[in-house]
Amino acid sequence: MIPGSDVRLGYQEDFHRLESALPGAGVPWLHERRAEALERFMEQGFPTLKHEDWKYTDVRPIAARRRSPAAGDVRLDARAIVPFAWAGHQLVFVDGRYAPALSRPGGLPRGVRLLSLAAVLAEEPLMLEPWLGREAVPARHGFEALNTAFMRDGAVVWIGRGVALAAPIYLLFLASGAPESAVYWRNLIVAETGSRATVIETYASFDGAAHLTNAITDVSLESGALLEHYRLGREGDTAYHIGGTRARLARDSRYASHAVTLGARLARHELDAVLDAEGAECLLNGFYATHGQQHVDNHTRIEHRAPHGTSREWYKGVLDDRSRAVFSGRIMVHPQAQRTDAEQANHHLLLSREAEADSRPQLEIYANDVKCAHGATAGHIDETALFYLRTRGLDESHARGLLVYAFAADVLARMRVAPLRQAVEQQLAGRLLAGESVKELLK
Amino acid sequence: MLSITNLKVNVEGKPILTGIDFEVKPGEVHAIMGPNGSGKSTLAQVLAGREQFEVVDGRVRYFDQDLLALKPEERARRGIFLAFQYPVEIPGVSNIYLLKSALNAARRARGESELDAMDFLAIVKDKMKLMEMPEEFLYRAVNEGFSGGEKKRNEILQLVLLAPRLAILDETDSGLDIDALKVVANGVNSLRSPERSFVLVTHYQRLLDYITPDRVHVLAGGRIVKSGGQELALDLEQRGYGWIENQEGARA
Repeated sequence: MIPGSDVRLGYQEDFHRLESALPGAGVPWLHERRAEALERFMEQGFPTLKHEDWKYTDVRPIAARRRSPAAGDVRLDARAIVPFAWAGHQLVFVDGRYAPALSRPGGLPRGVRLLSLAAVLAEEPLMLEPWLGREAVPARHGFEALNTAFMRDGAVVWIGRGVALAAPIYLLFLASGAPESAVYWRNLIVAETGSRATVIETYASFDGAAHLTNAITDVSLESGALLEHYRLGREGDTAYHIGGTRARLARDSRYASHAVTLGARLARHELDAVLDAEGAECLLNGFYATHGQQHVDNHTRIEHRAPHGTSREWYKGVLDDRSRAVFSGRIMVHPQAQRTDAEQANHHLLLSREAEADSRPQLEIYANDVKCAHGATAGHIDETALFYLRTRGLDESHARGLLVYAFAADVLARMRVAPLRQAVEQQLAGRLLAGESVKELLK
Repeated sequence: MLSITNLKVNVEGKPILTGIDFEVKPGEVHAIMGPNGSGKSTLAQVLAGREQFEVVDGRVRYFDQDLLALKPEERARRGIFLAFQYPVEIPGVSNIYLLKSALNAARRARGESELDAMDFLAIVKDKMKLMEMPEEFLYRAVNEGFSGGEKKRNEILQLVLLAPRLAILDETDSGLDIDALKVVANGVNSLRSPERSFVLVTHYQRLLDYITPDRVHVLAGGRIVKSGGQELALDLEQRGYGWIENQEGARA
């Protein structure tokens, strides 16, 4: 038997057992896609270190055993979500399902729809066919295939033509179910022509269980649309997270992604931005802080397919203890994408000798009139700066904490949604400056 | 207050200070002058506790303590302050946060209560007036985007706020225009008292036009080669450092 094939058979068994109860079960094209995805998974299994794109991330702790979809029988109290609740339109999802009792979508302006994927699949599945049907991005690896096979719920965010939505949309995804279960999320964000909106995804887990969250978000920006998209990983240190964001940018649209990972034992986020038409612009802002045995992998791809596109990619990571971070930044400039302006930077601050960072910029440029710059560094705390703060009477640990905080300052400052930025700052400062008052630092 | 005996310091394995002796009494102002590379800045930083600089010999007494056994933060809390030649930029950390943390650390060490936000603000605003710094500097990140002169002013603002017992100024005058120099000197002079001492490290004499030293020491090749009163600084101004180094060479 092929190694891991019994685990695969387990997934197949789960699929046959559960498919008829998944949303959209009666929709023929969706059934086809699901069955096809499962087949793909049965052939490919999970990625291994032999796959170029997974060279530094060992998913064996996830792949070693069958992870059945969470049963969804846990009832969460509204108080449980208070730490994640901010003012805005909020949808809460627990263990693979929309939780209407915990959600507060609030009044939405005309032209904005905020729905659960399961509800759309039940009532108007055709709306989703362009993203989930034949045209869907094919699964690149086993996790994506499983996501399509088992997806149960997620958010559908639709910002209508010309609508400027003032308050952010908060999507909260929680894992609280049985240990070693899996939760599949599939989200869709569509920003129609000339619209503007802010969408915030937060992933969190409650107990110390080794849940796997497998989440994919498709993002579509039509011409002139503007989307601020935050993705915040705040899972417990035993959780696993494999996520993907796939954004497609039409003419003159602007997409800003802020991807923050502060939790999980192993977290990977694949971010694809395709600049499909002239004048599109993307900002990929990223931050991760790891400690203990954490492993964080950011795998990004920016594709310039049309002239006059701009991309800015700035990722920073702080690594402590024996933790490890991987950053892959691929920028592809197609022959027709003249006058592309691309910049990429990835900086690591290493707080311990055992921490390890791998940074892999990959520039593939097939056009001749482009500006393309990239840089990567890995360094330690600046001794002069540390000395400076200590000569002001600050304890060494306090001084170190402040300098780590200072390292992250520019990435954090780019996050324009104040309550969210403050939540990240608070979590970071709380970890860095244990015992010190951080209230005034965060003003 | 401060007594340095035969201090020898290596930096990255190279001897930089090769035997320093001098003594600072309460209320005195000492100027350390000397050409570039003479070890002035190393001396200033060693006194503040720079750990990368290796003390290979000698003793430094500060009141009744062995100064060299103390960490930089312990020295700070016992009243030693170093104004940096190149103040460090710390993005994301506001000036007011650092000022308050520093002042409260010193107060705790003296057994005083920490200041609340209101009291602190009143004190710091008063000192900012003295340093002719607009209030917005409180809320900007520490030294980030400050001009050279603003950074130096910010150092002296910290100095007047913390009111240390021993202030060491490392080339605070370099890069300052005459107006900024006067403001800086004014800040320093406002602190002069019979209990408080100063060590001014400087390449030029002009700071001493505004802050009158009790003693001037000339550092060359890692040791003090000449000491005198204020007139020594004027001599150096007129004749440069060459004649002292030549004199030394002749003696050696």
